[in-house]
Amino acid sequence: MTTPAIASASTASNKSLWVAFAIMVAVFAIAPIWVYPVFLMKVMCFALFACAFNLLLGFGGLLSFGHAMFLGLAGYTSAHAAKVWGWNPELAVVFGTLSAAVLAYVAGSLAIRRQGIYFAMITLALAQMVFFFSLQAPFTGGEDGIQAVPRGQLFGFIDLASNTNMYIFVLAIFLAGFLFIWRVVHSPFGQILKAIREHQDRATSLGYDTDRFKLLAFVISGALAGTAGAVKALVFQLASLTDVHWSMSGEVVLMTLVGGMGTLFGPVAGAAVIVSMQNYLAELGAWVTIVQGVIFVICVLAFRRGIVGEIANWLKKPL
Amino acid sequence: MEIFGIPSQALFGQLLIGLINGSFYALLSLGLAVIFGLLNIINFTHGAQYMLGAFVAYLGLTKFGINYWLALLLTPLLVGATGVLIERTMLKQLYKLDHLYGLLLTFGLALIIQGLFRNEFGSSGMPYPVPEVFQGGFNLGFMFLPKYRAWVIVASLVVCLATWYVIERTKLGAYLRAATENPALVQAFGINVPRMITLTYGFGVALAALAGVMAAPIYQVNPTMGADLIIVVFAVVVIGGMGSIMGAIVTGFGLGLIEGLTKVFYPEASATVIFVIMAIVLLLKPAGLFGTQK
Repeated sequence: MTTPAIASASTASNKSLWVAFAIMVAVFAIAPIWVYPVFLMKVMCFALFACAFNLLLGFGGLLSFGHAMFLGLAGYTSAHAAKVWGWNPELAVVFGTLSAAVLAYVAGSLAIRRQGIYFAMITLALAQMVFFFSLQAPFTGGEDGIQAVPRGQLFGFIDLASNTNMYIFVLAIFLAGFLFIWRVVHSPFGQILKAIREHQDRATSLGYDTDRFKLLAFVISGALAGTAGAVKALVFQLASLTDVHWSMSGEVVLMTLVGGMGTLFGPVAGAAVIVSMQNYLAELGAWVTIVQGVIFVICVLAFRRGIVGEIANWLKKPL
Repeated sequence: MEIFGIPSQALFGQLLIGLINGSFYALLSLGLAVIFGLLNIINFTHGAQYMLGAFVAYLGLTKFGINYWLALLLTPLLVGATGVLIERTMLKQLYKLDHLYGLLLTFGLALIIQGLFRNEFGSSGMPYPVPEVFQGGFNLGFMFLPKYRAWVIVASLVVCLATWYVIERTKLGAYLRAATENPALVQAFGINVPRMITLTYGFGVALAALAGVMAAPIYQVNPTMGADLIIVVFAVVVIGGMGSIMGAIVTGFGLGLIEGLTKVFYPEASATVIFVIMAIVLLLKPAGLFGTQK
């Protein structure tokens, strides 16, 4: 980035990102006046989950079809820490994140041994293994899950039983996670990740140990998905099999696809759309699955840029 | 009589169930491998198409009185035709794009098909009677072998080997293998490669439907019968590697047997054993047992 023309373009593009970020913060700050806060917290949890997933797919070109394992496992471990060990919520979230990171390290080490379509199948199979583990392990409560998880006192003195306090806590974590991903994407590490996505052999020939970069991206993505799962377990005071199921892995792919993969804000928009849809179509039962399938087909055939991708293309600015 | 402290009846019973499951793993992973070879797409709809096969047979029997044998012939044709339609209208548009889009599209289609059937039929299973010829079984002395189960194993083996023979030993198969290597060159020789691709997809789908018909009398006919199965079959495919047709067959039957043995000796692990084997294979031979890493 030595030529001034590119440098100015880069600051200009940063400006569009900051404007979009300010709008997003404003929306989440004001929305609870009109919209049910628990619903918004759900949107933010899924938004963080989808952003973490998008780091891997949109910027690393790796399609994981098993990301529910991180969301679900972190939900279980943080719920266990909060309920059985009586840990403070912030420690429970950290513990959930760390456990997801460890799982991501193990799963990632296996999955990156194959590429492309095999990578997707391997992550799906590993996630299914975690599902069966969660079904049988003594601490997860099997079909019942872990219920009545206490939200607890943040840092020992802020009561999260209040939805307002909980909302601010979730918003803070979501924004922190979002900014972290933004930073990662624009760091030298993120640039190399994109290079690997575009042409792995060339990146290797430049001397980069591509497997190490891919594994690190996988661990970061898995850990942040875990953060989302841990927070979600506290918000709903429940950790259950739904979050580990393969359909959840499919949902996060859908959110990212709808919002626009490879864009920073796309997963947030996608999560908002899909979670709202599930909310309003909830009484229609199996139709939710059908509608999701239809959206998948439409997105793949005719709407591959996604919502934010289309807007960015129209504005001719990165978002 | 006991073997390793396990009553032989239980041991052979589980091995038989393992072989049956293995028959379906083999049939389904064979279809996936054939489709992947030419289209470079992982057909996520495979499980839904297997379920479709079972449902078409069930509906044919209950609504039109179509018997098992006719269903065995008609169902693959019918479901295969829907596959041809899917390839012509949708998959065709994706060949120029990243292969992952094919996976996403077929995943969406699977959600639609499974959702529609769950809406219509609920999630409880429906019984499909065992055809009259196959009622009863053989007493082998050490175990009782139901006739229908013996038929499934034999039929599945025959179909698998016939497919292997066509692809590896006939002229048609030679075209197919050539088109897998270099479609542009094969087309230059005057062979209609796009039609070959369409028919290959239709054939792979028909195999899934055939497996569905054969499964109907054993498992209950159920809208979600293919959803979890397909994930196991993906693991089977990763273990075998998709490079070889024979590899898919051998791995399918082999893993079915191993799963059956696990049910006898350590039942808690029977749901996960195939995934564990997948992890071990990835560590030792990432390309799969019969595959070659590109």
